[in-house]
Amino acid sequence: MTFDFGKLLATTAVAASLMVSSAFAETELRMTWYNDGNEGEVMQSLLDRFEAANPDISVTLDVVPYKSIIESLPIQLAAGEGPDLARVTDLGGLNKYYLDLAPHLSDTAYWEKSFGPFLNWLAPDSDQISGFMTQLTVTGPYVNKTLFEQAEVAMPGDGATWDDWATAVNKVAKKLDIPIPMAWDRSGHRVSGPAIAMGAKMFNAEGKPALVDGGLKEMAQLLYDWHQDGTMSKELWGSVSGSTYLGANEDFANAKVVMYMSGSWQIPQFADKIGDAFDWWAVPAPCGAAACTGMPGGAALVAMKDTKHPAEVGKLMDFLAQEENLAEFYGKTLFIPGHLKLAKGGVKFATDDPRAKHALETFSGAVPTISPVAFDLQGYKNNRVMFNALISRLNEAIVGEMTLDQAYERMEDDVAKQLAEKERN
Amino acid sequence: MSDSSTNGDGFGDRAKAAAGWPVMVSFQALNYPLSAIQRIVGIQGMPWIFLLPNLAFFGIFVVIPLFINFAFSLTGGTELFLGNRVYTGTEQYGFLLECETFGDPITCREDRFWKGLYNTAIFIIFQVTFLVLFSLITALILNQKIRARGFFRAVFFFPVLLSPVVVALIWKWILLRDGILNAFLVSVGMDKILFFVSPEWSMFWAVFVSIWAHMGFYTLILLAGLQAIQPDLYEAAEMDGTSKERVFWRITMPLLWPNLLVVLVLALIKGVQIFDEVFVLTGGGPGTATQFIVQYIYNTGFTEQVQNFGLASAASVVLGVVLFVLTITQLAVTRARDNG
Amino acid sequence: MAETSPQTRSLATLITTRRGGDRLHWSDVFTYTYLFFGVLLMFGPVVWLVLSSFKTPAGLIEFPPTFLPLGQIEVKVEGYDKPLPLFEVDMEDGTTKQLAQVRRIGIVSQMVDPKNPGEKIKVPINQRTKVREFRMALENYTDPLERFNFVQFLQNSVIVTVVATLVTLLINSMAAYGLSIYEFRGRNAIMLFVICTLMIPITVILVPVYLVVTQMGMINSLWAVILPGAATPTGVFLLRQYMLTIPKDLIEAARMDNASEWTIYAKIVLPLAMPAIAVLAIFSIMWRWNEFLWPLIVLNRSEVYTLQVGLNAFQGELDVQWHYILAMTVITLIPVVVVFTFLQKFITTGIASSGMK
Repeated sequence: MTFDFGKLLATTAVAASLMVSSAFAETELRMTWYNDGNEGEVMQSLLDRFEAANPDISVTLDVVPYKSIIESLPIQLAAGEGPDLARVTDLGGLNKYYLDLAPHLSDTAYWEKSFGPFLNWLAPDSDQISGFMTQLTVTGPYVNKTLFEQAEVAMPGDGATWDDWATAVNKVAKKLDIPIPMAWDRSGHRVSGPAIAMGAKMFNAEGKPALVDGGLKEMAQLLYDWHQDGTMSKELWGSVSGSTYLGANEDFANAKVVMYMSGSWQIPQFADKIGDAFDWWAVPAPCGAAACTGMPGGAALVAMKDTKHPAEVGKLMDFLAQEENLAEFYGKTLFIPGHLKLAKGGVKFATDDPRAKHALETFSGAVPTISPVAFDLQGYKNNRVMFNALISRLNEAIVGEMTLDQAYERMEDDVAKQLAEKERN
Repeated sequence: MSDSSTNGDGFGDRAKAAAGWPVMVSFQALNYPLSAIQRIVGIQGMPWIFLLPNLAFFGIFVVIPLFINFAFSLTGGTELFLGNRVYTGTEQYGFLLECETFGDPITCREDRFWKGLYNTAIFIIFQVTFLVLFSLITALILNQKIRARGFFRAVFFFPVLLSPVVVALIWKWILLRDGILNAFLVSVGMDKILFFVSPEWSMFWAVFVSIWAHMGFYTLILLAGLQAIQPDLYEAAEMDGTSKERVFWRITMPLLWPNLLVVLVLALIKGVQIFDEVFVLTGGGPGTATQFIVQYIYNTGFTEQVQNFGLASAASVVLGVVLFVLTITQLAVTRARDNG
Repeated sequence: MAETSPQTRSLATLITTRRGGDRLHWSDVFTYTYLFFGVLLMFGPVVWLVLSSFKTPAGLIEFPPTFLPLGQIEVKVEGYDKPLPLFEVDMEDGTTKQLAQVRRIGIVSQMVDPKNPGEKIKVPINQRTKVREFRMALENYTDPLERFNFVQFLQNSVIVTVVATLVTLLINSMAAYGLSIYEFRGRNAIMLFVICTLMIPITVILVPVYLVVTQMGMINSLWAVILPGAATPTGVFLLRQYMLTIPKDLIEAARMDNASEWTIYAKIVLPLAMPAIAVLAIFSIMWRWNEFLWPLIVLNRSEVYTLQVGLNAFQGELDVQWHYILAMTVITLIPVVVVFTFLQKFITTGIASSGMK
């Protein structure tokens, strides 16, 4: 016990002295980050290179659970206790805390040329430059091609509708006794793409949110019916409440799902987990009456305006956004580039898995076909309010707590209530 | 206690001796200023001096936040600092209580608040009942003359030491579709059960897991009460040839009553506060079947994109009032029963 | 509490001899059955967690789950750079053979016989089963521990736990002393207040407490985790109930000897209240060690992360990595198990005698 006391004092002293020394020696930047895969390691190696080139600046990567990015970061930023930079997914929602990097960048034209449309997602109401996309994501389905081959069912081709796919996957599942013919991520974002394909407009003529319309109802009805007839398992959507995200990646990797509606971010994980156990195949987004589209999305690295070192932050962002550095980052993480030039084929992905290569091509190729409505929705700063209302209410209808009509009414109420609360500020 | 008290003493003494001297030195050093204070305030003033540090901590980290919380409930908007928030009077309370038909959550403006209240009520009815029942049975069994009693007591206490997140993860891992429990069901020829898809099963496991995690604590409180009962009472009853049932109802239960009361009150308070373990286990689902009141408050204030601190605070004030009334009623009822 | 010394008798007679009778009473059967299932139910899930944490990601999603962690055997085959996975194959002539897989195309897998590497054999994939051996996936543990500053997190957790427990014990025992030894106006009001604060779930006042801590400038310091929970109502209540049982004569006698009130507290009451203090210490250690939600909000720099925050960094937006989560859960369990093993005697006898009367 006495020994412990001594050690405690010693370690506290060491810790205290460390803090003091780093305080005056150089500028220290903090970057809050979360990980889905290996991107933290890749970022760290870029930061190491930056530090080597700029010995007066040190950058610390603070890895937090994703939960903390969604729940705690907004409060920390509101209290003025936030980091200098952070990787966020609520791109427009946190906009008021972002720094305008423009005065601190060496070449703003490069930024505008390379990240044009995405800068708008970060700053819907102005033309400030606050950061860049660490990855662009596109939603879309994967199928287990091996199961199709074994069941000797032909895969629906280009232009197939969701109904075509539903029929096909049911055939496969029935023939091979697969428990879940089709699974979707439990996420409002994922549902929005197909809803837009079926004609949902998401906004009214004045540009105000108008979640429920014919297209959305068509999609919701389809999802509702699929849950009743067994095309989709209630396990995924039925088993949690509210807006909680749930994926079927584990089940898909275990060959228990024929078709899985998710998105491009699953590629590195599938390449790692499934490997060549079966052919996991990305297919183009199925069509509706209005379009054949998925939802764009992604995460961005942004600079925060409460930083005490805007010039150094600018320097770091300039470094990270350089074409060759981003090419390395996207290539090693297997992320779809959020850089317009790199998106046209400037990235050499670090994989020799043909399935992963095909998936990356499919999703990158889908970017030009994304509906403008989907881009608008992704760029709308309160879009999470809409996504959450959509998924949580639709889910309550699917498990039988309310009718679909009641759910539509609630969705609109939820959006209206939350926007009204926000308006009060 | 023969089987548990043999090996510990040597270890304990050494630990005491080792831990002793820095503690003694610092306590000795504190004696000088405190004796001086005592000369100023007198013995009558000393209780306040002893209470001061604790009350200061309470004041700063509990009382002030409670006031801030109440102030939040009278404001709206999404700003964090009170000064920037918009005063709305009792509007947030109005939102919570806005219902077409009370008793039917779906007609309420904040349907999930009411759903949370009803779910919590159902949860505590089952959870408290079975928690007390199983704690009592376990305490009675552990109070018998059994082999390795110390070991068995510790076994039932073990889950109390686990964090709620760990408790939930452990059970989730067992109850998943491809978990070991379903493997067992399949091996005895039954079908797999998707536990978290069924509202009834989800509620069952929420109750079960929370009893699993907390039973040990209440068992020990009851065990303490059982051990305080004088053995000669039982000996006398045995000599009179009183039946075991009668002994239980006439001697054990009345003398155990104060402990049982503590257990009831604590279990009720903790039951209403249920959150993390069920949240990690069932996520509140399916639908809203296991969404409890604290989760509603947490979701409203934290997880939504528009973090609505005003409404969340109003709901927590309502929850506080409900808890207070419940506890007082419970104490009053049991007191009336004691007197009657 | 007098129990006959059990060591002198044989196990058989011990189990069957109860209540002076020679036969096994039905209630004894019930008792031991109950205890047996109790042990199974309380320890079983934890054992299963530990076993599962050593499985590979592929092993984790298998159904029915294997009891022990297994890994597929890989063999070195002449002419191939990497070791190849070994399968048991039902051959067309009805025999079974162990073959190594070169690659799989669609529903057909290309295999070679390790003993005859020249010839390639095509096998439908549903006619092969993996050949496995007992293997622990230690990388579930080593990967994350290498990636993160584990020692730093551990050190922070230990500092938080030790300092917070010391502060808690000191201020709670002082308060309990004040509330149990003295009669003064306002005592009951304070006791009532203490009990009332028991009712407030911390979750619902997170934001106000965060504001207070921000104003005190403690964000991103370990004090933000240590101080807010130090004044526990449970602790005050527990210690006070115990101190009430200390005979007043002892204190009066000390006052006659001119002992200061502080000396009475430190030298007489505290040592006598040791069982209750031990219980509170154990609880405090557990509370602090397990704390997650609050540190997650106030600590957002990696040098101040506690173990619970650092290890939870594995939960990304889109992928929950079960193999890491299970392994990290086991790591946070280790101190709990250690405390449990060494202090279980204090826990059970301490609470049992700590004046919950």
